[in-house]
Amino acid sequence: MIALPQPKTDVLDRRDAVHEGLRALLPARAVITDPSRLKPYETDGLSAYRQMPLAVVLPESTEQVAAVLRFCHQNGVRVVPRGAGTSLAGGALPLADAVVVGMMRMNRILDVNYADRYAVVQAGVTNLGITKAVEADGFFYAPDPSSQLACMIGGNIGMNSGGAHCLKYGVTANNVLGIKLVTIEGEILELGGAHLDTAGYDWMGIVIGSEGQLGIATEITVRLLRAPEGTRAMLAAFKSNEIAGRCVDAIIGSGIIPVALEFMDRPAIHACEAFAKAGYPLDAEAMLIIEVEGSVEEQDSLLGRIKEICGRFDPISLKVSQSAEESAAIWKGRKGAFGAIGRISPDYLCMDGTIPTSTLPEVLRRIGEMSEQYGLGVANIFHAGDGNLHPLIMFDANNPESMHKAEAFGADILKLCVEVGGCLTGEHGVGVEKRDLMSVQFTETELDQQRRVKTAFDAGWLLNTAKVFPLKPGTDTTPAPIPHAA
Amino acid sequence: MIAPSDEAGLVAAIEAAAAARTPLTIEGLGSKAGFARPVQTAETLSTRNLTGIPLHAPQELIVSARAGTTLAALEAKLAEAGQHLIAEPPHYAFLGAEAQTVGGIIATNLSGPRRIAWGAMRDHVMGIRAVTGRAEVIRSGGRVLKNVTGLDLCKLFTGSYGTLGVMSEVTLKVLPAPEATGTVLLAGLDAATAVKALSAALGSPFSVTGAAHLPQAAAAALGHARSITIARIEDFTDSVHYRIGRLAGIWSGFGAVEQLDTTASLALWRAVRDAAPLALRDGDAVWRVSVQPSAGPAILDMARGAGLDGYLDWGGGLVFLSGPGGETAHAAIAAATRRAGGEWWLLRAPDALRHRPDALPPEPEAMAAIRRRVAAAFDPAGILNPGRLHAA
Repeated sequence: MIALPQPKTDVLDRRDAVHEGLRALLPARAVITDPSRLKPYETDGLSAYRQMPLAVVLPESTEQVAAVLRFCHQNGVRVVPRGAGTSLAGGALPLADAVVVGMMRMNRILDVNYADRYAVVQAGVTNLGITKAVEADGFFYAPDPSSQLACMIGGNIGMNSGGAHCLKYGVTANNVLGIKLVTIEGEILELGGAHLDTAGYDWMGIVIGSEGQLGIATEITVRLLRAPEGTRAMLAAFKSNEIAGRCVDAIIGSGIIPVALEFMDRPAIHACEAFAKAGYPLDAEAMLIIEVEGSVEEQDSLLGRIKEICGRFDPISLKVSQSAEESAAIWKGRKGAFGAIGRISPDYLCMDGTIPTSTLPEVLRRIGEMSEQYGLGVANIFHAGDGNLHPLIMFDANNPESMHKAEAFGADILKLCVEVGGCLTGEHGVGVEKRDLMSVQFTETELDQQRRVKTAFDAGWLLNTAKVFPLKPGTDTTPAPIPHAA
Repeated sequence: MIAPSDEAGLVAAIEAAAAARTPLTIEGLGSKAGFARPVQTAETLSTRNLTGIPLHAPQELIVSARAGTTLAALEAKLAEAGQHLIAEPPHYAFLGAEAQTVGGIIATNLSGPRRIAWGAMRDHVMGIRAVTGRAEVIRSGGRVLKNVTGLDLCKLFTGSYGTLGVMSEVTLKVLPAPEATGTVLLAGLDAATAVKALSAALGSPFSVTGAAHLPQAAAAALGHARSITIARIEDFTDSVHYRIGRLAGIWSGFGAVEQLDTTASLALWRAVRDAAPLALRDGDAVWRVSVQPSAGPAILDMARGAGLDGYLDWGGGLVFLSGPGGETAHAAIAAATRRAGGEWWLLRAPDALRHRPDALPPEPEAMAAIRRRVAAAFDPAGILNPGRLHAA
């Protein structure tokens, strides 16, 4: 059970005045106050938690965002920024006394420059929408979170989103050149631009991944990359997690950096195969999907080297794709993983820790032990190149005890990730979900230092209150529990 | 000079300085003391004795080094495992023989030619340990490659010139060094045409990892008769052969394309990385300018009009300039860079330039207010490198 701060009664008492104030600043279509129309905004990708907001605004320009934030700042009203609402960590969960600022109407691509390889887009453009706009010309935007069809670049800035191809191309922070940021005081700041290095403090670096704590990004300049000539995948299956882990080490050790290196454990293989009929080997304990890029000859050469390395680890099966169709078939099961788990379990929690890759066998063994203790199934999907582990915990949300156990199981996994030298979250963010675990990873001194940076941007702690940082008197008011969804 | 050999020594030194409100100059080996704005204090705190490489996990692409470890020592350690620093940090020739530290490279966020393809130093700092101006030890990030837990103070410290805290240890992502390096070269192009050629190379599917243009004077310093325009591929040997061949095809419309092998390529790109093409006389200033690539040639032209020399890296987006360090020249560079939406740094300059309000790009007041509050959040007494980045 995660506590949220007590709503500010003085703000709730001024509900009508706040609504009126917002209507004075924005077109009528941009202000939502009717409960039936607020309902879709009461939750995000962490749908077990729900809370109706005070109001939702859907601004259509940077100036409108600035006007709303200035108004909220002057009136002591909390603000919850929201993109597509796909956060798995509850990053866009509303508060009863907060105005949700939804960015979906700022959905235009403002500029595409191939000579200098960048695009300027509004925060409500979807992640995939950027690539779709430039792919006919051979370019792409690199970070590719699983939710890329829906998630918005503004939310990607908030969470520093990653994806399956980070090992080669990096995460959001490595692929953004400029941000137009609106502060809680309504100031519009230009961070970076279309150039590579910025002088002074790295404001973009601290804003990206700050989960809406420091301001709201309205326009983003992203790097565009030229797509490779082609990509191709192979599949390798092994008799144990440990052997597969050693094979990953050997591939990286050989100097090859595949564009993707995905690991699935036995439960994940079985769930995905049942769902997608991708031809995965059901007798394997662990499986790797390895993707390389380049010309056909280069792909052949790299896959040949990798196949030779895999061959040293007594594989159960090795399948090198011979075509784009065969590559798609290899990916089909992995990409359908969430749907596959959804079919065998009424609900699942998708965890997101990172571990030093060498600790994978130990971590999977201990997760297996926890799975037995809690009596809940778990399937593990792992970005093996960068150590980002996604255990999918299966439970039944209609059963409060099952829900409670799943949350406790998830917390134990994340504590284990920290214990072996990793971290609580690799790409989903802290949100409300992992907020109270922050003290597992950080000392109070370290958290206070982060809190002081937050305060330097937002002295009244109005922006996305009660996310990221464990509640503390002086930064948040007394916590009140928020009920799980019925 | 206070030069502790452990983190506890850093804490003690900063604690004492904070209590007495005595400002400290923060440095490693002091090689970059001439960058940005000058600091004058009675006492200096150096990381030079905080050395060593406590962790190198080649298969996890991770290395940790204490801040005072020399860059050369770290590079040698990585080379033993066939790895390298991804951002290719420079050993600027004009810094002299003085060694530089890992902490110094991070604190100034300096990257070499590979930055155009693989990111800057700031992109590869996975974790830091630092002592803040409050004399508190903090960690940010960690020793894994993917981490979004909490605010990313690693990014804030990278490029902060020692004004927020003193880093005691940093953890970096590293990569396998390439098996081979190849270069395509065009001679005699003017800068505007050169940047078009570089744009074509960078917009190709062949993963170009270096893209530079040296006008005649800069090329002459490396023994070339005419300007040179160069693009680099780093990969396995067969891929380098293939990709260099394809790039030569893309460039065939610009003139005769020469191809350089690994040995020649390594020497050439090291020179580009280290600003070696700048022929410096005593008293010359050195500027570094970051703009969008197509704006590079105009900056270079403007500078030539002001009696300066220079060259372009990062496809045109990084401009090195050098020449007599007059205030008129600086004002012209600042104005042209602003018009192009870019930013500038002084790497070497007379004090008159270093004290100017526009020694670094001026900030809007709203940004400056946040910057002062953030700095005070780490260093409330203002004792760490005061004035190094901003006068106030």
